[in-house]
Amino acid sequence: MTAQDEETLLLAPLTRTSRRFVLFMGLLLAVVVGGALAYLRQLIDGLVVTGMNRPVYWGVYIVNFVFFIGLAHSGTFISAILRLVGADWRKPLARAAEAITVFSIPFGAASILIDLGRVDRTLNVFFYGRFMSPLIWDVVSVGLYLFSSVVFFYLSLLPDIARCRDRLTDVPRWQHQMYRVLALGWQDHPERYRRLEKVLGGMAVFMAMLVVIVHTVVSWVFGMTLQPGWHTAILGPFFLVGAIFSGSGAVVVAMAVLRRAFHLEEVLTLKHFNYMRKLLIGFTLVWLYFMVAEYLTTFYGQEVEEMLVFWEKFTGTYAIPFWAMFTLCFAVPLVIFLTKGKRSIGWMVAAGLSINVGMWLERYLVIVPTLTRPRLLSELAMGTYTPTWVEWAVTAACFAGLLFLYALFTRFFPIIPIWERSEEVEAYLHEAEE
Amino acid sequence: MPRWGMVIDLDKCTGCQSCSAVCRAENSVPFAGPEQAALGRAIFWQEVLEREVLGHYPFLETQFLPRLCMHCDNPPCVKVCPVGATFRNEEGVVLMDYDRCIGCRLCATACPYGVRYFNWSVPQFPAPLVQALNPDVPLRPKGVVEKCTFCIHRLEAAKASAAEEGRELSDAEVVLLTACNQACPASARYFGDLDDPESTVSRLARSPRAFLFLEELGTEPRVYYLKGE
Repeated sequence: MTAQDEETLLLAPLTRTSRRFVLFMGLLLAVVVGGALAYLRQLIDGLVVTGMNRPVYWGVYIVNFVFFIGLAHSGTFISAILRLVGADWRKPLARAAEAITVFSIPFGAASILIDLGRVDRTLNVFFYGRFMSPLIWDVVSVGLYLFSSVVFFYLSLLPDIARCRDRLTDVPRWQHQMYRVLALGWQDHPERYRRLEKVLGGMAVFMAMLVVIVHTVVSWVFGMTLQPGWHTAILGPFFLVGAIFSGSGAVVVAMAVLRRAFHLEEVLTLKHFNYMRKLLIGFTLVWLYFMVAEYLTTFYGQEVEEMLVFWEKFTGTYAIPFWAMFTLCFAVPLVIFLTKGKRSIGWMVAAGLSINVGMWLERYLVIVPTLTRPRLLSELAMGTYTPTWVEWAVTAACFAGLLFLYALFTRFFPIIPIWERSEEVEAYLHEAEE
Repeated sequence: MPRWGMVIDLDKCTGCQSCSAVCRAENSVPFAGPEQAALGRAIFWQEVLEREVLGHYPFLETQFLPRLCMHCDNPPCVKVCPVGATFRNEEGVVLMDYDRCIGCRLCATACPYGVRYFNWSVPQFPAPLVQALNPDVPLRPKGVVEKCTFCIHRLEAAKASAAEEGRELSDAEVVLLTACNQACPASARYFGDLDDPESTVSRLARSPRAFLFLEELGTEPRVYYLKGE
């Protein structure tokens, strides 16, 4: 395939809207509207419409918060960390991954707002914020993460927006106008590319640091309290590993869907899936390592309150989701990666989905069982929690919203970076180095 | 500067629940109703916890533990509040600013004593009780956390009248100051200044029978219990 053909292929989705696409978007929008109505109900009646209670003060909304922020780690891992280590195979999937980051952080942040009893007072966080509170650490780190991800994403998009502006002359006027404005007057020039690479390289260092900080801080909302099952130093690193794990699984799924939808068989090849597969084998094993380290420490210590939570997960109320989580996060993906996944993209997608369902369950199992078994269990009422339809509707809306924004993006912007694959640009950068 | 605290004599407590009942009336604590209460949405600023039951009928013994906010010197709830809506005042009382609370419930998950309650819906009061709301206590809106205040409104009123008469607040005046103490038929509860070595509470807190609830967590509660002999 010549560079010209490839460019045509990658720009093709930007010029037409298929009926299937419209139908798909309509469906997503309907789910979002449904969730918005459920949320409206919650705004009017209060959090009484959820399954939350005392002592289970947090439920699915907080699970979603942790999950979406975790999902976001995919993009930064692939576009920033792999950039730093010079893994060039990341190039065609970098934007697809980074888009997951940019569109999933807002839903993570929104999940916190949805969970607030007084969302109308959110700005108090800025008026009266206290840095002693782990929640303020979250506001700062997630805010910074969103801001820098958007900047990083936009900068790496600039040359391609300019390309759209120059090549796509017969798109509707407003669309062309959009490219013209967003391109910020970008012109191909070796010096510009050199500067862009420099900025992206510099930002990648900062982003890599943010990846570590953000998800650790997310865990600290729990870890900083004294509750059994939460108050452990392993929570931060475990959250981080889980985040990159689920994020990478999501990238595999996104890659496969994009490949099928936009006929990118020659751009996203089995080779790329294999790179991801190898990475994911590592993550699966690291995940197991953390699991064993956490639960063996708890079990060996036999502290009464800790053990109540422990047994709730292993054999009690949460045994089914717990072992399902273990199967979906570890057994299923590892077997796929070592066997069928080598040659089959379909199986890789199955593994990616399995990891993400498993990781959502893991977040649920970190948050809920601890709350149902508070320290004063024998004195206080034992906690139970069953999410209500409102919580499920809002959750569905968050996922649909993420897909909607992602799909909308692919409709107007090339999801595979064109400039990073261009030999011309390669030559510029090479020239500049000399 | 006084440092307010409470002492509850478990040997005297009969588990009659008067403290819990009167607290609701005094502080206009909303009614959840039986359905919501079963779901864990009831609010009890003061609650009598039933600890273990020992032996078998008729030779049995139950231990009751009246539990209110511990007004910790090192309160985990205050530490985690993102907006400073819960704070410890200079006299050691942990209070809530209902107008500032954003309803994130981080304080409620952080409190190991489970004394922080959330308003899951708009607070409701059955018909006759609406007329009995205490005008000295602010009503809480939907979506904020609330908890025991050591009857701060009574304390402020007592201080104001003492100041008006140009005298110090005496121990005798405050020992039954809170509604729960006043209502206790067994005289099991005492309130007062823990920093005054002569006060009833500081005398009792020094008793060998005195213990603190979950003392090992380092929260430094200011509610002392006297264990049964």
